[in-house]
Amino acid sequence: MKSIIKTFLFLLLATLSFAQETPAPPQSKAIAIMGATAHIGNGKVISNSIITFDNGKITNVGDASTVRIDQSQFGKIIDASGKHVYPGFIAPNSQMGLVEIGAVSATRDARELGSVNPNIRAIVAYNTDSQVMPVNRSNGLLLAQIVPQGGRISGQSTIVELDAWNWEDAAYKLDEGIHLRWPSIMRWSWQTRSVSKNKNYDKQIKEIEDYMAEAKAYVDNKSHSSKNLKFEAMKGLFNGSKKLYIHTDNIKTITQSVLFVKKFGIKPVIIGGRDSWMVADFLKENNVPILLSKAHDMPPTQDSDIDQPFKTAAMLQKAGVLFGFQMDDAPMQERNLPFQAGHSVGFGLDKEAAVSALTLNTAKILGIDKTLGSLEKGKDATLFISTGDALDYRTNKLEVAFIRGKEISLDNKQKGLYRKYSKKYGHEIQE
Amino acid sequence: MNKTNQQFTVLILFCFFFSLSLTAQVTFPQNGVYDERDGLYAFTNATIYKTYNEKIENATLVIKDGKVHSVGTSISIPEGAIIIDLKNEKTIYPGFIDMYSAYGVPEAEKGERAAGFFSRGQQKLSKKEGAYSWNQALKPEFRAHEHFTVDDKAAKDYRDNGFSAVMTHQEDGLSRGTSTMVTLGDDREHTILIKEEVAHMLSFKKGTSPQSYPGSLMGGISLFKQTYMDAKWYKDHGHKNEKNISLAAWNEVSSLPQIFDVRDRLEILRAAKMGKEFGVQYIFKGTGDEYKRINEIKATGSKFILPLKFPDAMDVEDPYDAMAVSLADMKHWELAPSNPSHLAKAGISFALTTHGLKKKSDFWKNIKKAIKHGLSEEAALKAITHTPAKMTGTYDMIGSLDAGKLANFVITSENIFSEKAKIHQNWVNGKIHDLKPLEEPNLDGNYDLKVGSQTFKLIVEDKMKIEINDSTKLDVKHNYSKGLITLSFSPSKEETKILRLSGTVNNDKQKWSGKGTQLDGSWTSWTVTRKGDVEKDDKDEDDKKNKKGKKGKEDKMASDEKVGEVLYPFMAHGWSERPSQNTYLIRNATVWTNEKDGILKNADVLIVDGKISAVGNNLKAKGGKTIDGTGMHLTPGIIDEHSHIAISRGVNECTQESTAEVSISDVVDSEDINIYRQLAGGVTTAHLLHGSCNPIGGQSAIIKLRWGFAPEEMKFQAAPGFIKFALGENVKRSSWDGNDRFPTTRMGVEQVYRDYFTRAKEYKANKGKTGHRIDLDMETINEILDNKRHISCHSYVQSEINMLMKVADELGFKVNTFTHILEGYKVADKMAEHGAAGSSFADWWAYKYEVIHAIPYNGAIMHRAGVLTGFNSDDAEMARRLNQEAAKAVKYGNLSEEEAFKFVTLNPAKMLHIDDKVGSIKIGKDGDVVLWSDNPLSVYAKAEMTFIDGIKFFDRKEDLNIRKDIQDERSRLIQKMIAHKKGGGKTGPAKGRMKHHYHCDDMEDEMH
Repeated sequence: MKSIIKTFLFLLLATLSFAQETPAPPQSKAIAIMGATAHIGNGKVISNSIITFDNGKITNVGDASTVRIDQSQFGKIIDASGKHVYPGFIAPNSQMGLVEIGAVSATRDARELGSVNPNIRAIVAYNTDSQVMPVNRSNGLLLAQIVPQGGRISGQSTIVELDAWNWEDAAYKLDEGIHLRWPSIMRWSWQTRSVSKNKNYDKQIKEIEDYMAEAKAYVDNKSHSSKNLKFEAMKGLFNGSKKLYIHTDNIKTITQSVLFVKKFGIKPVIIGGRDSWMVADFLKENNVPILLSKAHDMPPTQDSDIDQPFKTAAMLQKAGVLFGFQMDDAPMQERNLPFQAGHSVGFGLDKEAAVSALTLNTAKILGIDKTLGSLEKGKDATLFISTGDALDYRTNKLEVAFIRGKEISLDNKQKGLYRKYSKKYGHEIQE
Repeated sequence: MNKTNQQFTVLILFCFFFSLSLTAQVTFPQNGVYDERDGLYAFTNATIYKTYNEKIENATLVIKDGKVHSVGTSISIPEGAIIIDLKNEKTIYPGFIDMYSAYGVPEAEKGERAAGFFSRGQQKLSKKEGAYSWNQALKPEFRAHEHFTVDDKAAKDYRDNGFSAVMTHQEDGLSRGTSTMVTLGDDREHTILIKEEVAHMLSFKKGTSPQSYPGSLMGGISLFKQTYMDAKWYKDHGHKNEKNISLAAWNEVSSLPQIFDVRDRLEILRAAKMGKEFGVQYIFKGTGDEYKRINEIKATGSKFILPLKFPDAMDVEDPYDAMAVSLADMKHWELAPSNPSHLAKAGISFALTTHGLKKKSDFWKNIKKAIKHGLSEEAALKAITHTPAKMTGTYDMIGSLDAGKLANFVITSENIFSEKAKIHQNWVNGKIHDLKPLEEPNLDGNYDLKVGSQTFKLIVEDKMKIEINDSTKLDVKHNYSKGLITLSFSPSKEETKILRLSGTVNNDKQKWSGKGTQLDGSWTSWTVTRKGDVEKDDKDEDDKKNKKGKKGKEDKMASDEKVGEVLYPFMAHGWSERPSQNTYLIRNATVWTNEKDGILKNADVLIVDGKISAVGNNLKAKGGKTIDGTGMHLTPGIIDEHSHIAISRGVNECTQESTAEVSISDVVDSEDINIYRQLAGGVTTAHLLHGSCNPIGGQSAIIKLRWGFAPEEMKFQAAPGFIKFALGENVKRSSWDGNDRFPTTRMGVEQVYRDYFTRAKEYKANKGKTGHRIDLDMETINEILDNKRHISCHSYVQSEINMLMKVADELGFKVNTFTHILEGYKVADKMAEHGAAGSSFADWWAYKYEVIHAIPYNGAIMHRAGVLTGFNSDDAEMARRLNQEAAKAVKYGNLSEEEAFKFVTLNPAKMLHIDDKVGSIKIGKDGDVVLWSDNPLSVYAKAEMTFIDGIKFFDRKEDLNIRKDIQDERSRLIQKMIAHKKGGGKTGPAKGRMKHHYHCDDMEDEMH
């Protein structure tokens, strides 16, 4: 108990000492960004662009050589010549704000007890004062999908903006989906060091089937003697107001799970999708999108092509499957999300398709593309300016970022420590 | 015919009723009248293998008193011998010997472990009471013969398969004590034991010992090394200080053959290397995968005991399931039966064992398979007679049929290795064990059967039938044994009741007769009279052939069809032709020299004899290969300062606060796919570290990623020694409940160092004095004090970093490298002053409390503060893209690209004290270079070619061909497995394999 208190105090103090990360006030004046290479998010690029936004919404996006604006109308004009503008990157399947330090259980709030928890809501545990978000923002991540972990049905996720005073402020799309962790068909055994069939697989599928059938029956029946909170939570799946995210990787389980939920009239999103490249036609045909596992992952077997995870995205693109990237619940690596896309470009993915995967396509998959995901008139002014190519390590340097027009702080605890110790040694600070 | 049968019958009766020992003079009182016999038999007209390679046709074997009396063609049969005429139909072999068995020796009792499989509890000392070894897995004092009892049921299982002697032992522990040689008779142990102490049995498996140490293979190896030294010390001086039954026993058994049980081919090489250090040549009990490293195994000069356990095919009809099945497993399925022939061809001496087979009868099935795969029959016979007898020092008693040896032999229907061979009799110690009658009772023919007033036409041909007419035949159930016969049948198709007859068959088999009950229950007489032979029906024969055809076809396939090549290493992406050194001229590339020339545009680099021989413009090469590097970047190979790939069975020896004695260099795993994967990321050298389980961990190994080479060939020649230290949460075990190992705070961690270094100095002061015991732990720590071994210390927070430097300053050693070092930036000035390098994660954070202040600017700050700085992986996946990790030093802290790239090349080379050989492109350094498609710090860059010592180990274009080869070979083997299944071959479920990717904090016990 003592150690928990100590940890808590420490975190509190640490937070207070880096007060630069104060949430931004609403946009108060119209802003124009001039001369940047604009990565629209839909595959298009405007190399010398004008982007304007006001009241949190984009008001104009055009080519500076043809579009003229009245500069006096703008409270702020940013000269971004030679720089790059991107829609804010979206980090799906994240534990940001739920887990602060992986190894310290007192800071973990992502995994509830029990196996079937559709009623569990991630958003209520989302800690806007976590030091993880400011760090991730600095690399261009401006929104995230906060997802509960564990069990068979983990609960409900919410999409949040990564700059907020509290979770209510943060929520962008509340309780938008339910996460089903499909059973593994193959299992690894430490003792034999081999992968073999999960003997309980069929039983586990049956359990899901029964549960879905019961939930459906509950939802269809209007009068209940007692209210079942879990089934109530499932309602949204059947009436289409909530998405179903199926976490699964194996070639068999991807197709099986898609066809399985189709019986209930549900079109799922696959999270993981290690083997998705092998069933790309099926996914395309059934219009099932993928939130792809890290490119920075191992090939599944020693026989696999050594560059398999690097090139999976390119293979999906070629097949016309809608996909985005996610970081497999790994908070400590999440800031490297943009470089999963970058690395995939090295292995055949079209560069602007890689940007789309981080922005518009993920927005489409999450159902927020009407207002987010691309630099288009009427959409949220959630975007950032990078010194250079934001998919490359050397040039992913954010100069300024906006979430719904609010200019957010790009400072974080790590930069604070960098400054502190650079001063100690008398080094010049070079961020 | 008649005569033999009678004699044969007499013999059976004789043996059945009188099972007294044939040898005279035992120490036991006799209950009854003494009944000594001569045991004199003559087996005439036989094909006799006197030895495995001396076959005598038409020969006679005479045995007497349980011993071979004489063998040959012109033998005079002693008077009074019972003569068994084998009519030139039967073959006699010396009794077979299995020299790897646990027959008749009780299993070791399971010690209670401190807790379950993933337990954190510790048992530091042996729980065995008495003056025995401190380690419970060392039991050289165990004597199998003292515990041996006859187990006739188990013996019969061996005898049924022709074995008459086994070497047996208790299969438990690292030292298992001595084995003993026994015959498989059913007499008292006093005559069954033929040699009490045969060999000292060893293994790398802890078995039932619940003691924590050793918890890794490298721990097991160093325990052996320490024990060899302790035993010598004990012999010379130690016995005056203490009495130690185990060490005394170790010395006693050291003159016996040393037999080592291993888990795979690499353990053979490891144990052989270890044995060589102490002048011990082991005999290895192999696993059947020796062919995968046959040259290295041959070079050990070892002899072998080989199992004949071959893997089953897998069910790969479902292409999705088949994806999980590795090429390596499929290839092994195909090639395993050829293992014995590979050893035979290499001139390696081996015995064969039934050990590991589910059914002993599979031994014969599999030995025949091995013969089909190239093993000669002579070699096979040698491996179950001559060789095991020689290896066990019992050739004076068994292993051939020379006069005076035990009368252990088998009589077989034909060549024992032919498909239908049967063993008729297995004689052990001159006593028969009858398995199959020498003559099958054969009643084939046409007969008339009269029952009362009825007459039936009876036909016997395999089955017995009554022929009513051409189309109607009735089955007759019958039982015929030793002249007695019973028959039962229904006399017509419609009839449900049956006739039951019983009686005798005359010796000439012409007439049978007796009494039986009719359908109404009344008794009647019956007779059968022979009419003649059965007419052969050609059609039936054809049918039979067809029926057997399937199996025959499959056998044919096995011998005719091409089999795949052996790959090095034996897995997908392994090569069949060893890559060789070449002269390479890389032209017109952007060359990152890491020297004062900096980054040269449009430059050439020439590699000759494995070394960089020129850097400049318009270079010319004499011969060799020219590579156009236009638009590409050439850099020194990446050096991963912190890696845990290519390690077998355990990265941590977790069990003590110091395990300085263990070494990763003893367990380098050349067969790890990550080697190839990392070559594809431009890595050429890796520092393989012990984990971070204890303040003083084990020694590390520096390897070059020479894919496909043997473990010893992978090692970086003349690299200095390193050792892993660790601080913080892992060593104090903060994330465990109930840790009972000191230390459990950072305060305690300091004291471990003070304690060990203080004791190491005292140790050194006493070294060389009479009776001083060599302690490998202390020896290693003294290497640190003598600056012969350098420290890489796992560390995170500033307090502990500072602490270790202060302790080091005080006690006179230096911390070479702080690895992970995520708070290095806080004490970078102090590190620079101490001269410690910092090998950091580029941007890891948020995973544990001690990294709460981890910042990605760490590298830049340390570098600017004058600390030799690098980035490492500690992760098999990240090491595939360390060039990208280097780019993070540009992103976070704005280092120049040139300096950033040194973080993963020259700087780690300096940390590892190998910068005179690698780390930059400089004339005279090793030809370890990487050709990149782009600036290596670009996220879009790919390593196109990777060279080590002027050998091209990776080529991205060539990799496309390798993929095709893998696909083709997989497809061939999948088809073969499916055909095997369709042909009725044994098939198991599809299974995959996966190498565990070690991290610093993996600590499961790997020694069970």
